[in-house]
Amino acid sequence: MRVVRPRPALLLALALLGTPLPAWAEPAKTDSVKTDSVKTDATKTGTGKAEGTLAQVKARGHLVCGVSPGVAGFSVPDGQGHWTGLDVDFCRALAAAIFDSPEAVRFIPQSSAARFTALQSGEIDVLARNTTWTLSRDTAAMNFPAITFYDGQGFLVRKALNIGAVKQLDRATICLQQGTTTELNLADWFRTRGLTYQVVTFANSEQTLGAYESGRCDAYSTDQSSLYGERLKTAHPDEHVILSEAISKEPFAPGVRQGDDQWRDIVAWTHYAMLDAEEAGIRQDNVEQMRREAPSPDARRILGLEGGYGERLGLTADWVARIVRHVGNYGDSFARNLGDGTPLKIPRGLNALWNQGGLQYGPPIR
Amino acid sequence: MSRADGFLTEGYVRKTLIPPAPPPRRLGGPLAWVRTNLFASWTDGLVTVLILAALAWLVPLALRFLVFDAVWTGTSGEACRPEVVGHPVGACWAFIGEKINYLAYGSYPAAERWRPNLFFALLAFGAGWMLWLGAPKRAWGAAYLFVVFPVLAYALLAGMPALGLVSVATGLWGGLLVTVVVSMVGIVASLPLGILLALGRRSDWPVVRYACIGFIEFWRGVPLITVLFMANVMLPLFLPGDLTVDRLVRPLVGIALFASAYMAEVVRGGLQAIPEGQMRAALALGLTKTQALRAVVLPQALKIVVPGIVNTLIGLFKDTTLVSIVGIADFIRVLEAARADPRWSAPAVPATAYAFAALFYFAICFGMARYAGFIERRLAAGDAR
Repeated sequence: MRVVRPRPALLLALALLGTPLPAWAEPAKTDSVKTDSVKTDATKTGTGKAEGTLAQVKARGHLVCGVSPGVAGFSVPDGQGHWTGLDVDFCRALAAAIFDSPEAVRFIPQSSAARFTALQSGEIDVLARNTTWTLSRDTAAMNFPAITFYDGQGFLVRKALNIGAVKQLDRATICLQQGTTTELNLADWFRTRGLTYQVVTFANSEQTLGAYESGRCDAYSTDQSSLYGERLKTAHPDEHVILSEAISKEPFAPGVRQGDDQWRDIVAWTHYAMLDAEEAGIRQDNVEQMRREAPSPDARRILGLEGGYGERLGLTADWVARIVRHVGNYGDSFARNLGDGTPLKIPRGLNALWNQGGLQYGPPIR
Repeated sequence: MSRADGFLTEGYVRKTLIPPAPPPRRLGGPLAWVRTNLFASWTDGLVTVLILAALAWLVPLALRFLVFDAVWTGTSGEACRPEVVGHPVGACWAFIGEKINYLAYGSYPAAERWRPNLFFALLAFGAGWMLWLGAPKRAWGAAYLFVVFPVLAYALLAGMPALGLVSVATGLWGGLLVTVVVSMVGIVASLPLGILLALGRRSDWPVVRYACIGFIEFWRGVPLITVLFMANVMLPLFLPGDLTVDRLVRPLVGIALFASAYMAEVVRGGLQAIPEGQMRAALALGLTKTQALRAVVLPQALKIVVPGIVNTLIGLFKDTTLVSIVGIADFIRVLEAARADPRWSAPAVPATAYAFAALFYFAICFGMARYAGFIERRLAAGDAR
């Protein structure tokens, strides 16, 4: 007597086995090989496809933008799932320049692990996810066209301690989140200055903030842009201050795939256009008036009344007017998402225009 | 010799009568119930007192946080700060209230939200049809839930321009919707797949047997998080540039295969508990092997493993939160994103978000466990006869 042999069922099971395994059973390719595979892939998407990213975006009818899944001031969903923030505004500005609509964009929240893959595989057109521009990332098959936010590692301390500069934190205990470059930056900075400090690390930002609030540490260190959000989570935000000094450079830049110069130009000039508009005094609330009156030659060129610079990018002549009308200039976006109008109250600092003591410098549109 | 005799006599034959005991003081009523169930012995009494003390300490704490000190209305995080409210603040339910649409649908377009709503309704209908034992034509219910419903759900949620349903990219799905979709796909795929794999593993065709063993051991041998990382981070790099698999489908396939490997082992446990004689008797009666399997072996085997199946399903439901690590906006992920909102920054908000998540997951898992308990009692009724 033989054991049962249910044929149809088994054949099905067999068929199911065959399909998924080859694609999945490649555990040998680990992180060290990743860069290589990224490169081959980039060449494929960059040169293999006849049409550039702009043509693909236009054909699709909307932009696909990778954002952070929730960082105060940079990309936050509201109660209806509508995204806001500085990074989000940048993508909306791109969409406005291309489609004359800030809503012609899909936001795909990206985890920090998957963000570069998403860009390489063509899942997203642009990555605006408070990503620090570094050499190793720049050479790994992606480009960072322009710096949209200058950040740096800072410190949150109690006002009562009366600390004004980082060097006064000598012999202090500092709370950090594990597994970030924060710890290395801190070590470099304190060691080169011959200062001592003690570090207490935690698994996540909640625990780190909790330890700082409970008095376990004198200071809490991470990127300044996040510290403003963290301060709001404390029981008494007024009792804490963020030191203006930064001990590292964290330039946040949108990322694009290598090998598509037109798209790279469009992304870079979208940011520059927002800066140039601010510099020329073209704001969201006066853009139509400026277009009618067209005071200065500079403003005329920016607004597309002279020249036809938008066409050179593959866009329309009024591309900047579209951006400012729908999203605003850089200052508008900053004020709406990070500045004094928001609970975060992040000062412009390095992100002020170059002629106001900052680093934001838009090359001329001409 | 005599010693053994004495032992036997003393051990097995009483020589004296037991002294008559007085009748029990009380057999019914609440007091008797308390006596027998809570204070039957000295240790029972001690444990009861300890548990009561713990409850007396914890329940008021929880109630104060969840209800009495909670803030129910407000338009920003300021409303949930103690200095504004004037007393210590518990949960900030106003935050959940403001974000509830985002928590339910993610960024699913507001004008199209009737589609996820209809999806939930169709799911509830199908689940009710299949799970309510008195429902008419339950076989049709199963066919609906396992075949018709997935097709309907796909057309409804992803869109079908031919039917006038605008397509909605899966990147816009989020929250409760994604959690339900991921766990439903896991449950609907893993049960039949798991049964097939379990049967395959006991087959006497070596090719099939070893293929099933290989499949099961491979998927059980890798952590779910590795599977998800492979699906969402590595897989797109290996695929040719013009071939893209949807970013929600990739982890869905991974979870379904992963869960089916576990389900296969649970079902195999049940199959092995059925004596060989059952199958032989069924064959001797003239049933074909498939009939015998379907009508005799599988019903008994599945009945045995109901607790194991439910255990796997509950585990699967909770494991779906891992997709948030690879950037899928599931319920936990949208909660995290929602509380990043600087307008709603207050010390009470993170605890509120996690309390809400805990209540949500507990309600669903407890519901599943209770239903399984009911099914078990129902199936055991046959044994009692």
